[in-house]
Amino acid sequence: MPDHPALLVEDAAVSFGTTVALDGLDLRAERGQVTALLGPNGAGKTTLIRACTGLLDLDRGRISLFGLPPGHPDVLPRVGLMPQSTGAWSGITAAELLSHLSKLYSHPLDVAALMDELQVTTYARTPYRRLSGGQQQAVNLAGALVGRPEMVVLDEPTSGMDPHARRRTWRLVERLREAGLAVLLTTHAMDEAQALADTVHIVDRGRVVLSGSVAELTDEHSLEELFLAHTSGDT
Amino acid sequence: MIDLTPRPGAAPRSQAVWAHARTEAMLLLRNGEQLLLALVIPVAVLLGGRFLGARYGFEFDQVAPSVLGLAIFSSAFTSTAIATGFERRYGVLERLAATPLRRSGLVMGKAISVLLVMAGQLVLLVALALVLGWRPVAGASQWAVVLVTAVACTVAFVALALALAGTLRAELTLALANLLHLVVAAGGALLIGVERHPEPWGTIVAFTPSAALGEALRATSAHHVTLLSLPVALIWALGGVLLARKAFRWTS
Repeated sequence: MPDHPALLVEDAAVSFGTTVALDGLDLRAERGQVTALLGPNGAGKTTLIRACTGLLDLDRGRISLFGLPPGHPDVLPRVGLMPQSTGAWSGITAAELLSHLSKLYSHPLDVAALMDELQVTTYARTPYRRLSGGQQQAVNLAGALVGRPEMVVLDEPTSGMDPHARRRTWRLVERLREAGLAVLLTTHAMDEAQALADTVHIVDRGRVVLSGSVAELTDEHSLEELFLAHTSGDT
Repeated sequence: MIDLTPRPGAAPRSQAVWAHARTEAMLLLRNGEQLLLALVIPVAVLLGGRFLGARYGFEFDQVAPSVLGLAIFSSAFTSTAIATGFERRYGVLERLAATPLRRSGLVMGKAISVLLVMAGQLVLLVALALVLGWRPVAGASQWAVVLVTAVACTVAFVALALALAGTLRAELTLALANLLHLVVAAGGALLIGVERHPEPWGTIVAFTPSAALGEALRATSAHHVTLLSLPVALIWALGGVLLARKAFRWTS
């Protein structure tokens, strides 16, 4: 149903014992837009992603994807997840992993063409554990796209990538936006958020502390200055 | 350039589950350590039992069916625990749970992969045991007991493996699963009959799933029916599933 946003998070709260991971977080991601989540380690980004995929239940609040609850069988094919680290068997090759993932969807992308596009083909037969961090990220990105989703969740998509691969990934994210996908991007890289995001949310201690378009937010200060001023990292 | 226009949809359930089962089975067979557990050790015990067993008081008609029990235990418990522990650690479970495979499909695919590997093991080991001279004599009622006990024990072993792998760190799961493999093989009445264990352990061990399976299989070389195996195996299967459902965590 087109009137529902791709992702709507309202007053989301999750605690693990005495540790508060999400503390009344609100967020909205729309189709055809890149929404960036900026936050220090421990800000609650990974917890939010787990809650969005249905692996974690909220203590309070509500999450809906395309108007449906997380983990709903009709939602899962519509969302592609690119995990932050690994997410693959150590002995599987990139070609085998992507072929496996493609069999889970009704109209997957052609795996060979996808690997060509992301320049995975050269190491397609190498076991995942022998790939560099950047190569693993490229495979993970391909895995998020193979099912032709309406929304992708990219958890620090360019960490470990060399500058060429990084720019290639940026161009791909722009193409995803042009194709009408909702892109939810978590990143530590200010230049990445600045280059790609339509809307930026700065997250700290489980809640959004600052939101706006890049142009609005950077009117007087750089994104990094705002990040440092509004988050409580070790810096 | 590839067309990135969204066209989402889930594959037919059977296709997704079968794809997962095939991938897991392929990865398991490619792993040297797992292959050691699944085939090399059972074959070595079978050969040792045939050519050296009698010298140490182990008749081959008891060793052969016991080895089948060891093979079932190695696939259903040890391999499942180790593989799942690392799948959880590497984020494989988290990633696949967020695909149309879903958590239920992941568990079904894993179960089918265990059954595929186990079927291959049993065909090879039974063939080798027959070549080496094993001649089972049990009647239909004992074979029925063996079938139900083996299925229930497989469920129990897989469930206990998931409870272990879904709770502990992967390295600890690896160490504990290998240790339990040795302990259960030697002291869990899997390879050695309950009656040969010292008391009071002999009485206690009779109520474990490994003993239920071992005793049921060994009775195929005799003319008696091991009815106790059935309730023991079924209760462990039920308890194991309840424990796994409660304890298993998808993320590490």
